[in-house]
Amino acid sequence: MARRSLIVRLASRLEGPQTLGRGPLFWVGALAVLAAAIAYPLLTDSYTVGNTVYFFNWTFMALGLCVIWGYGGALSFGQTAFFGIAGYSYGVITLNYGGDYGLTLLATLAAVAVAAATAAVLGYFLFFGRIGGVFFGIVTLAVTLVLERFMAQTAGPEWHIGAARLNGFNGMSGMPQLTIPWPGGEPFVLMPDVPLYYVVLGLLVVVYLALRIFVNSSFGNVLVAIRENPERATMLGYDIRKYQLGAFVIGSSLAGLSGVLYTTWGQYITPSSMGLTAASLPIVWVAVGGRSDLTTTLVGTLLLISGFQALTIYGSQYALVFMGALLVLTVLAAPRGLVMALAWPLLRRAREVR
Amino acid sequence: MALLETHKLNKRFGGLQVTADVDFAIEVGELHCLIGPNGAGKSTFFRLILGEHRPSSGEIVYAGEDITRLESHDRIRRGISVKFQVPGIFKALSVAQNLEIALQHHLEGQSLSGEIRRQLGFLNLAADADQMAGNLSHGQKQWLEIGMATSLKPKLLLLDEPTAGMSPQETHATGEMVRALRDEGMTVLAVEHDMAFVRQTATRVTVLHFGRIFAQGSIDEIMADDRVAEIYLGKGHGAPAHG
Repeated sequence: MARRSLIVRLASRLEGPQTLGRGPLFWVGALAVLAAAIAYPLLTDSYTVGNTVYFFNWTFMALGLCVIWGYGGALSFGQTAFFGIAGYSYGVITLNYGGDYGLTLLATLAAVAVAAATAAVLGYFLFFGRIGGVFFGIVTLAVTLVLERFMAQTAGPEWHIGAARLNGFNGMSGMPQLTIPWPGGEPFVLMPDVPLYYVVLGLLVVVYLALRIFVNSSFGNVLVAIRENPERATMLGYDIRKYQLGAFVIGSSLAGLSGVLYTTWGQYITPSSMGLTAASLPIVWVAVGGRSDLTTTLVGTLLLISGFQALTIYGSQYALVFMGALLVLTVLAAPRGLVMALAWPLLRRAREVR
Repeated sequence: MALLETHKLNKRFGGLQVTADVDFAIEVGELHCLIGPNGAGKSTFFRLILGEHRPSSGEIVYAGEDITRLESHDRIRRGISVKFQVPGIFKALSVAQNLEIALQHHLEGQSLSGEIRRQLGFLNLAADADQMAGNLSHGQKQWLEIGMATSLKPKLLLLDEPTAGMSPQETHATGEMVRALRDEGMTVLAVEHDMAFVRQTATRVTVLHFGRIFAQGSIDEIMADDRVAEIYLGKGHGAPAHG
């Protein structure tokens, strides 16, 4: 009975003031999108499916930044630091201990935990040191750039952790793909095609729904209160530093998850994944999508990454210029996000119809 | 019994002494007004009580406990609450959500939604429950913040110019409301410039001047004090005070 009421309570938090989209119409639409995503591998070749997994990999970092920045109001410019830390951690663990017996899954958890612990330590000094506003962005950016520079100079053979060579600017490679142990049979290797697609899609659905519950919880209430007016939130008796730290650790763990998925997908990780360009892109995705909502962030991120990928065919520099221009356009014309600006009239009409 | 006391409370910003040796006490159940000219140190004194500023020396004792080193949120949790001069509300959130954030400390589920409805009615904001708080009129914002501050069921309520920007009618209504809160058992300390409000509500008045306690007493005693009239009220007594 108690368990049932807990489930009912959690389900009721799927909708709330902190998330756009509510009522049967929204959920029917969401199910239709999910059904299309499930059917997608049947309609295309496995290479394209594998490429789509690559897009999905990044969305976790975007959703994490959405929680930290869009909901909590702290602009972290260095989420790629946690992406890289988790990616390299996965490499170090699996290159030393191999990937059999479900170890890749354990390594995934461990790598995300390392990213989370790093975020907890860094976040502790930042939030409890009351470093806020633009300085928070500067420090987080500095952290990711320092990591990038450091890893880039580890080319020599002396830079290794056990059997794992760090390999400088070329990065670490050769780590095993995610493998699910199969009792009494061959372990199931998740190559970057259809099976991995379904695993990552499932993970994305779970994370998206869990975050909807999270931001509509009383914790999420306090988080948006801090974004709106930190002084008032304090004067309602909330230790805002703990809430900000909590959001930062959750968001950074998701960046770490993206890092591990990226590493297992391509079986490599390089320092440039923590560089300035890499660090800027999540900001663009989340800002252009609409940072104050999970759904607009998700939609915006997927559209932008796939658009970016299409543009790089004609030259990656042009694609970056386009992304920069899009960010400027968003800031000037639709500060709440382009996807949000486009979705808003539809949502209002849906509300009026009801 | 004193609910809040300060002992030799000093605050210096560089060479500037903003509060100087303030020995202040507010008794349980009092409705105490703090007045003084601009720069007298009233706001700083509030911020010291709230823990937003650390005193240069001296101590603050609340309900018998030294809270001088406590963080702001810990002081709030012990039963101090504040309504700021500029309405400190969550503008981009709905009115109901503003109240929910204030109330979710001690309530949940049915009792939380019931209390939000009751507060909305009490604050005359029932029709605006789903409205963005930023869209409310100035007076409504003030009411909402008073509602949020009192939602915590504080023992000591600090009000920083609760009637700023209000019409005489709204000021009077606010005065009645503050008296009602006192009658419910709250101890109230208000910084206020509007002498009509002070006359209507205060059981005791403290005048701050250059960071020091200049005079203390009933409103009649304060009004009869020529020195106060000189520094604050203007020689003609009836002259309006300026913020």
